Amino acid sequence: MHITVRQSIEVPYVHYQHFDDIGQELAQIGWSVASCGPRIRVPTACAGCSYNPNGLMDTQALCAEIDRRYFGTETAHHKFKISLSGCPIDCFRTREMDLGFQGMMEPELDEVLCNGCTLCVKACEEKALTMEGELPRRDLSKCNYCGDCVKVCPVDAMLVRRRGWLARVGGRHGKHPLYAYEVAQFISDEQACALIEKTLAWYREKGRGRERIGGVFARLGLSSYLGDVVKPLGLEAIEDPADRRRYWTGGNSYE
Amino acid sequence: MSDNGILDLRGVLCPINWVKTKLALEELPQGEILEVIIDDGEPMRNVPRSAKEDGHRVLKVRPEGEGAYRLTIQRGA
Repeated sequence: MHITVRQSIEVPYVHYQHFDDIGQELAQIGWSVASCGPRIRVPTACAGCSYNPNGLMDTQALCAEIDRRYFGTETAHHKFKISLSGCPIDCFRTREMDLGFQGMMEPELDEVLCNGCTLCVKACEEKALTMEGELPRRDLSKCNYCGDCVKVCPVDAMLVRRRGWLARVGGRHGKHPLYAYEVAQFISDEQACALIEKTLAWYREKGRGRERIGGVFARLGLSSYLGDVVKPLGLEAIEDPADRRRYWTGGNSYE
Repeated sequence: MSDNGILDLRGVLCPINWVKTKLALEELPQGEILEVIIDDGEPMRNVPRSAKEDGHRVLKVRPEGEGAYRLTIQRGA
């Protein structure tokens, strides 16, 4: 037995003639056989807000919904992996997925409540906050929406302006890994599902042979996808590469 | 804990600095004050946030010499 990276239980060396019997036995205890081939694989997610204090969005709820709606859907080309992380620490590696959703939160300061304690400035690993007189000032171009400033504020002066999902598309691992592009931000659960459906339709139409969606981007360009899928859905698209840079530290092979 | 009731956690790494702070707070009656000194950097990112998550309140933050801060924490419910 082996627990796969997608948290499935793998049983090797099953004789193919026993496969249907085993499937039926598993069904009796409410288990299903995982998908393989050119289909949407089982979505994975971190434990989310239920016990992790970093969690910003309910990963388990959306993951269960994605599993219910899209698990096993045919893609016509290749595998399609989806994962969810509750915060920018990204334990579930949304950058390496065909489609990934990561929780994000935009803070907003209530200047009346703020007592100038400086703890939010200390908490911010992005150095997006600096003290200007008695108040913290935010450089929104550096903020990666992790919510740490909100979580530390002892007088609840750092408010949540909005929260949602950061959508990443086009990642994969394997012999020729690709890191996904951030394509939309602050989207809701329903918008995430709409994005899955429209992305899949686009991939079915534009993909060639055994091509992953990241390969389609390499061939047609990301702007084609943004124009065909993200913008028609009315999502807050991320179009400027400079707006993606806040989510990166550098490293190998990212343009 | 030193004689003057100040918990000096300079040089104590995360999360042990928070464990010691938490235990000291649990010894206090609700509403009482604990002063802790922690290093700048990771301790300043983690200890105040953990205190808030546990229902305590950081009342004051002051620099304490080079590269450290003194927190005044009120024990929560």
